[in-house]
Amino acid sequence: MTIDNRIDLVPEPDELVFKDHIRTPMYDDSALFDAEMERIFKKTWVWVAHESEIPDKGSFKLSQVGRDPVIVVRDRKGKIHVMINRCRHRAATVCEVKQGKTASFQCPYHGWGYALDGSLRALPYPEQYGDDFDKAQHGLLKLRTEAYAGMIFATFDEQAEPLLDFLGPVTHWIDLFMKQGAGYPVKVLGEHQFSVPMNWKIQLENTTDAYHFPVVHKSFLQSLDDETEAVFSFLEQGKGYVEDLGNGHSVMVMIPELVDLEENLDAPIPERFQTLAQELRDEGHDEAQVRRIVRAVGGAGFNLNLFPNVSFSLAFFRVLTPVSVDHTDIRHIAIGMDGGPDAANRARLRLHEHFQGPMGFGSPDDAEVWERIQRGIQGGAELPILINRGLEDEQPGEAGPRGHISAETGMRAAYDMWKRMMQA
Amino acid sequence: MNTPTDTRSDSLLWQAQAFIWAEADMLDHRDYEAWLALWSDDGFYTLPIGDTQDFDDALNLCHDDAHMRRERITRFQQGFSISSAPPARTVRTLSRFVIESVDGDDVRVRCAEHLIEDKFGRQRIWAADLTYTLIVTPGGFKIRHKVARLLNSDGMLNSFSYLF
Ligand code: FES
Ligand SMILES: [Fe+2]
Repeated sequence: MTIDNRIDLVPEPDELVFKDHIRTPMYDDSALFDAEMERIFKKTWVWVAHESEIPDKGSFKLSQVGRDPVIVVRDRKGKIHVMINRCRHRAATVCEVKQGKTASFQCPYHGWGYALDGSLRALPYPEQYGDDFDKAQHGLLKLRTEAYAGMIFATFDEQAEPLLDFLGPVTHWIDLFMKQGAGYPVKVLGEHQFSVPMNWKIQLENTTDAYHFPVVHKSFLQSLDDETEAVFSFLEQGKGYVEDLGNGHSVMVMIPELVDLEENLDAPIPERFQTLAQELRDEGHDEAQVRRIVRAVGGAGFNLNLFPNVSFSLAFFRVLTPVSVDHTDIRHIAIGMDGGPDAANRARLRLHEHFQGPMGFGSPDDAEVWERIQRGIQGGAELPILINRGLEDEQPGEAGPRGHISAETGMRAAYDMWKRMMQA
Repeated sequence: MNTPTDTRSDSLLWQAQAFIWAEADMLDHRDYEAWLALWSDDGFYTLPIGDTQDFDDALNLCHDDAHMRRERITRFQQGFSISSAPPARTVRTLSRFVIESVDGDDVRVRCAEHLIEDKFGRQRIWAADLTYTLIVTPGGFKIRHKVARLLNSDGMLNSFSYLF
């Protein structure tokens, strides 16, 4: 009864999303938010972890699929499982350690014990359950889990298309992105976490929004040397583009010279990386290797925005978790070279700290403008939120429509998918 | 090595406290030029994540040498950073001072910080353990290292437009 009533209250998706604008309830309608959690986050592939975060047998990490807390774990055979962090007896969480290594998960309430693959292994005093109690029916609830290039995704939907099909042309861009390992496997080095009083889609949009960069990040740009500032003035240079990659995904190429980090290796080493280059030479790396590592340290020249929750952004992973209609958790995951030179990883850490996270020179300004949107929509509910920028001269690209570097093509891609899923 | 209850260290404890309180007052009042002058040139200002001690090889919230401190303050002052123009206002209290060790001219002091920020009509509350390595110079203390470890440094934070 109640559930039916609530569904009646959800606005019609095609009255909210148009080719050139979206409507205010997209950011502040809580019934719509509940519907999104069911129709999108319970249906599609959601990023949960990178394989380097659970390197060994028994390694685990807590994560989220929409609002559902999950455990991502590698079992004794090396297989990765994603399962709901909820005991099958009376629902207590079976793990409250954010990341670690274990042989099993034991519920703290009555002691039900689960194996690394989620199966119920033992329970104290089982006699009272009688003979027809089937342990096999009481394992932790598992999600379908697939991975590409170390990126682990999970879905509640047994019918969902295979991850590779869902990603489509995105895999080519993931391959390019992972070249910043410079031949070493890409490894998670740490993460910045901050929550912002905003709807999750405001963050989803932002990773494809080059238009804001010179405005919001002016103070970051001013903290750079002239050469680096020129590299980041991609809007002025106008050489990049945004392309719709299908299924809500898009790529925003900001610095075309840095799309393929294994090309242009004989380009001069930028001033800001000279010290690092010398350190690497002193460690005995040959000139070709020095150039490859140094080029990788600066990150790739594009943002790859996946629907609905992860983005590969220049040199890090951005992950969003919707908490409520006006509250979103953000993670900025720093990555580096597994087994690579310490000096290179240190340089990457300092670059990450410079822009990202609660004390970065960039993220706090992003967080401020996102919050300003959530505050702004308290007035003028009837006004449209425009996503028409660059429709004017959009051309067919390789995978889908391609627009100017500052076009809102990526947002339109995401909202097409949003509408498709919300209407399904 | 002085123990916290060693009354002979009272005067050192008092001096360190007075210095750190003065620094706290500068930060609440955003007197950042004065704050920069408190530092030794080789100093680091660090907000670590979790309980790491190896700040160089770990991801921190910030790990500023003299150059980055100057850049950070410039960013706060120039008016182009929307989050710091205006910034949240802060009121902080520092207490529970302990002299951890005295080694030549190096004095290690730790204390507790409670900070309340106010912006957009909402207040947020933060707690941190502060650890200072101060050096005694003819002109008074200079900061060689300040580590501000937030109680939930490895948890979900918000963005900061001020210093701890
Ligand atoms: S709730 Fe887990 S064993 Fe009872
Ligand atoms: Fe931004």
